[in-house]
Amino acid sequence: MTYYIRHILARITTHVILLAFSALALFPVIIVAMNSLKPRREIFRSPYSLPNPIDWSGYDTVFQESNFVRYFGNSIFVTGTTIVLVLLISVMAAYALAEYRFKFSSVIALYFLAGIMIPLRLGTISLLDTIKAMGLYDNLWALILIYTAMGLPVAIFILTDFIKLLPHELIDAARVDGASELRILFQIIAPLLRPALGSVAVFNILVWNDLWFPLIFIQTDKLQTVTLGVSKFVGQYKINYSAMLAALTMAIVPMLVMYIIFSRQLIRGLTAGVSK
Amino acid sequence: MTKSQRRFYTVVMLAPALLLYTVFMAYPLVGSVTRSFYDGKSGEELHFVGLDNFERLFTQEPHQSRLVNALKNNVVFFAIHMLVQNTLALFLAVLLVSGVKGAGIYRTIIFIPTTLSVVVVGFVWGMILSPLWGLFDDILRAIGLGAFIVPWTGDVRTALPTVSLVSVWQWLGLPMILFTAGLLSIPDTLLEAAKVDGANNWKAFWKVRFPLLMPVFAQVTILTFVGNFNAFDIVYAMQGTLAPPDFATDIMGTYFYRTTFGSGGGASMLPNPTMGATIATVMFLIILTGVTVWYLFTRRFAVEY
Repeated sequence: MTYYIRHILARITTHVILLAFSALALFPVIIVAMNSLKPRREIFRSPYSLPNPIDWSGYDTVFQESNFVRYFGNSIFVTGTTIVLVLLISVMAAYALAEYRFKFSSVIALYFLAGIMIPLRLGTISLLDTIKAMGLYDNLWALILIYTAMGLPVAIFILTDFIKLLPHELIDAARVDGASELRILFQIIAPLLRPALGSVAVFNILVWNDLWFPLIFIQTDKLQTVTLGVSKFVGQYKINYSAMLAALTMAIVPMLVMYIIFSRQLIRGLTAGVSK
Repeated sequence: MTKSQRRFYTVVMLAPALLLYTVFMAYPLVGSVTRSFYDGKSGEELHFVGLDNFERLFTQEPHQSRLVNALKNNVVFFAIHMLVQNTLALFLAVLLVSGVKGAGIYRTIIFIPTTLSVVVVGFVWGMILSPLWGLFDDILRAIGLGAFIVPWTGDVRTALPTVSLVSVWQWLGLPMILFTAGLLSIPDTLLEAAKVDGANNWKAFWKVRFPLLMPVFAQVTILTFVGNFNAFDIVYAMQGTLAPPDFATDIMGTYFYRTTFGSGGGASMLPNPTMGATIATVMFLIILTGVTVWYLFTRRFAVEY
């Protein structure tokens, strides 16, 4: 009996603790979203009440005073193109590293591996020279190329491991049938890699959140990403609480939606190195 | 496949990755380190100066005290993450694998802050903590802790811990899911065997699970280390590039940014990319040392079941 009571108590305590941490994780998000729909007076007088009636003036200010729709388009373009390029380029490299044994294959694998732990941020000064020399300064393609290069090491690492696990007979049989290497890769191997490719893709959605590279490589207002645009906007409208909260909500919601859709893939990708 | 075909495909498949990675990642990293051995005003030809930049950074003012300050703050920033974030993460992970109902939902919710942009998190908490809106202070008053209220991000004593804890709030989910995955990968048979041998839960955790978690612990530590010694956005969003009050929240990332690109405002500083590259090289060496130690450590503690 005492054992049973202790067991129940332990269960309740566990739930209370986990609920408290969940509340702590959600509190800022909810408070920001809720107050973004109120006029200034209400934000200060009753921050915890539901918006009643809903007031869109903060959002009006954001849409009138900033190019938010453009920022959104820019972020989608940069993130989407980065994901496609990372997938395409890394799956090819991973196939070569896993499938073709050649003299320098382990050296090249190590060369890519080195990029996993070293943040590219530290190379910013030299990178700025390169990007300027290529005429890509203040151009969204600068971000795409940088993010793609950053995304390659982890992607190649995950995919190489995955390809090595595939039954080799598949490739041999296709070769006997006369399929070209590119066809083998894209029509036979790639579909089997779907879970790994999913993890790599979801991983790279996180470039949406980057501030550093847009902050340094983008000048023109119309070329800003959501993260940069919102941070500049919030910096300028320090007194207009409804507008600040509206801008922050608009920065949070897309990531939140993406996360809710892809949380399984993201968590699987992040824990790939730990669980066996 | 003939030998020449194989060679052709090897080149075709690897070329795009090698090209992009070399031009936009490897070369800039090497180039920035190289740049720290050169000097020259903008527009001038760069000339080799050996270790002069490092000598200036380490021995001359204002560089020396700024560097020491940023390093010290960064160590505190890292220590708070290790002690608070990673301890809580392990604790939560143990709860999540205890067979509690809804563990997946809790895990998904607690991970949400990690998916948000660091700047957004910084701004959101900046607003919540600001005395102007007073949300956080109201909560403290409501639970009878009103006497402890200070200007959290404006007081020299509390600014750095406050910024660090906001960062902990954001990143807690990452070590939590890594520990969860690590705990789940430990075979149940090991725990059962320990229980059969008479170990209680507490003992089973410290003697069986904890030692087996060492590789995950090392991984979490190195991720925290690299992330913290490269952090920038959280201070930028909450405090700005001048890292007030009186540089109390200045860490390596903000010091690097401010030196390289200059800072507007009252205490304006001219951009100095050469000194910036020197600071980046110091950060590079710090991170490289950490990664090397981690690598040697994990090789020693590799676990096989």
